[in-house]
Amino acid sequence: MVEAAPSTAAYLMLSGTLFTVGLIGVIIRRNMITVLMAIELMLNAVNINLVAFSARLGSLEGQVFAIFIITVAAGEAAVGLAIIIQLYRLRSTINVDEARELNG
Amino acid sequence: MVNPSILVAIILLPALGALVNGVRAFVTPLEKKNRTITNLFALGTTGLSALLALWTVWSYRGAEAAFEHAYYSWIPGINFALRIDPLSCTMLLIVTVVGFLIHIYATGYMAHEEGYTRFFTYLNLFMFMMLLLVLGANYVVMFVGWEGVGLCSYLLIGFYYDKNFAADAGKKAFIVNRIGDFGFVLGIFLIFNTFGSADYGKVFAMAAAHPQQYAGAATAICLLLFVGACGKSAQIPLYVWLPDAMAGPTPVSALIHAATMVTAGVYMVVRSNVLFRLSPTAAAVVAIVGAATAIFAATIGMAQNDIKKVLAYSTVSQLGYMFLAAGVGAFTAAIFHVMTHAFFKACLFLGAGSVIHGCGGEQDMKKMGGLRQSMPRTHWTMLVATIAIAGVPPLAGFFSKDEILAAAWEYHWAVWAVGVITAGITAFYMFRLYFMTFSGTYRGGQVEGIETSEPEHAGHNLIPDRRHLDEGDEHLDKAHGHHVHAHAPHESPLSMTGVLAILAVLAILGGFVGLPAILGGAHPTRFQHWLEPVLLPLGGVPFEFGLASHSTEWLLMLISVAVAAFGITLAWRFYQRDPEWALPKKIAARASWLHKALINKYYVDEIYNATAVAGTLLLARFLWWFDIWVVDGLVNLTRHITVFPLGHGSNLFDKYVVDGLVNGVADSARGASRFFRRMQSGVVQNYALVMGAGIVLIAVIYLFLKPQ
Repeated sequence: MVEAAPSTAAYLMLSGTLFTVGLIGVIIRRNMITVLMAIELMLNAVNINLVAFSARLGSLEGQVFAIFIITVAAGEAAVGLAIIIQLYRLRSTINVDEARELNG
Repeated sequence: MVNPSILVAIILLPALGALVNGVRAFVTPLEKKNRTITNLFALGTTGLSALLALWTVWSYRGAEAAFEHAYYSWIPGINFALRIDPLSCTMLLIVTVVGFLIHIYATGYMAHEEGYTRFFTYLNLFMFMMLLLVLGANYVVMFVGWEGVGLCSYLLIGFYYDKNFAADAGKKAFIVNRIGDFGFVLGIFLIFNTFGSADYGKVFAMAAAHPQQYAGAATAICLLLFVGACGKSAQIPLYVWLPDAMAGPTPVSALIHAATMVTAGVYMVVRSNVLFRLSPTAAAVVAIVGAATAIFAATIGMAQNDIKKVLAYSTVSQLGYMFLAAGVGAFTAAIFHVMTHAFFKACLFLGAGSVIHGCGGEQDMKKMGGLRQSMPRTHWTMLVATIAIAGVPPLAGFFSKDEILAAAWEYHWAVWAVGVITAGITAFYMFRLYFMTFSGTYRGGQVEGIETSEPEHAGHNLIPDRRHLDEGDEHLDKAHGHHVHAHAPHESPLSMTGVLAILAVLAILGGFVGLPAILGGAHPTRFQHWLEPVLLPLGGVPFEFGLASHSTEWLLMLISVAVAAFGITLAWRFYQRDPEWALPKKIAARASWLHKALINKYYVDEIYNATAVAGTLLLARFLWWFDIWVVDGLVNLTRHITVFPLGHGSNLFDKYVVDGLVNGVADSARGASRFFRRMQSGVVQNYALVMGAGIVLIAVIYLFLKPQ
């Protein structure tokens, strides 16, 4: 007897919560590494969303898409960390508020 | 039959000479030219032209009608056409033969001068223009030649262009001639307007066919044409340029200002004889002006001491004689006198040139004298020419003068009387010139003594055309350098005396073509008969050559010879018998006001300076004042009117409205950006916050506010 899978709505609730947590992390955290981690959280929230709909609709496209996002997220993390290292070398800090040269 | 190509070649050959020598003179103005080449072109072309002229006249001789050939259509209604008839034949021969002789003479006279090639360029150009003048078949072609000879006259009078008096004399000639030419050109316009053509053939045929119809127009035309003739032929009141024109080299005085150019006015009047015969008024004006000029200039000639001045006033006087003849209707006599005058006056001028040349540039007769011994050939030729101009039979001047006086007698006794008195004065001053120059002893060495003996005259005769004596006259001193300080006068080279001899022979024989009936000739004389085709019958009535009774004619002839003899005797008594010239000095002292008036040429130049010249200057000054104050004032007023309201107004508009709009746009953009730049904080998290808020907003709108 296959245990009844949680409903799609539950997945969406989880996904939405995770995304909101990530978004708030991106907005309010000052440490750049934490911001990067919050972005990862948002990406995975999206992955959950995609996989949930993939299961719901019986299509593999969503899962393929999720795997692509995981791959791209790895590259994104690498680039992001590289930027952070360069910033640290330049400013000796990774506080986001310190990097505001684009101030108009 | 006349060959039109040869006819045009007569004209073009001197032009070719002028072109070649002109280019040579122009390209290297300062270098010494090869005079052989200059002579080759100058004399070769004029000589060939003279030969072709003789050939043309020979082939025309005896033809019934005038020969005309149109070479091309120049202006609609006016062709470039040449005409050969007895009148143009006569002038053609005078111009080419005398012109060629004077060219030969000039090679000797100008031998030491600078600007040799330039001189012959002008001389050839003059020949070209003069031939155009006499050969043209209509008034317009004649006018081209007329202006051309005026130009050459100007260039040659001002030949010594580095001398002020020569340049001034050239300008004077040119300006005075302009006045006459203005009348001439108006006359041509009137002719064209009246007859619809400027061709001699058409105009004269129409005028001769309907004498009554054109009589009124003819008066106006003739008076205008005569204004032109007055300018070119130096008649009162426009004669003042000719005496000053003696500033040019002597061959120029002989060729242009005695033999050919100044007779162009006579030629023009005789050419227009049909019109002048239609208008007794105009003819009377011509006769009176001619007579007045004749006696006026002759009296001035009596008191001049500059050898060329005497000849210049003599020329003016003789030209007056020619106009007198034309005015009284003796057109053939006028041309006859043109011809004989060309011979003896050219001879006289060239003789005077030879004297000047031999005396090292001296022109004052008081410093000459006794030249008979040192210049025998010049002496003999000049004596012949002097007798000829004095009117002693049987030399050329006698016949032409006698014919004029006979015609004047028939016209009015007063005109005749003026003519006879003028003849006597002419004989007097010409022999005065002869005695002062050739007899007695040479006075070149004792110049000072003579001048101090007549202190009241000193200075009066320092006429500015004595080019050779002027201070700082470098090239002329150089020109005659080998005898400036040598006091012994010497005979001139063969090129000069040979020409003098030829002209003297012509002055002796030239009159026999007009031998009158009472002296064994025919009536009309051969010369009159030759020119008869030019004198068209008026309304079917043929031209009548005047014929007085034999006794009258004998009497007139006797009187004119007696008057001439009296003048000669007087000159002999005054200047030959008494080497101290005591009598003329006494007369001059007794009637000093008259003597002064004569020596100063009746103060005509001064009067012209005070009236015409000063008036012109006054007018110029007034116009200058008018220009400065009225014209410029108006312009400035307009500026003030326009600049201030319009200029400043538009400036304000531009500054505040146009610029205001532009600046307003810029300011508003700046203000807006000042507000919006605050959003660009540079803090990435702010952007993310706004993005998140935006998404929430969109989600809220989408989920809750979407219309169902």
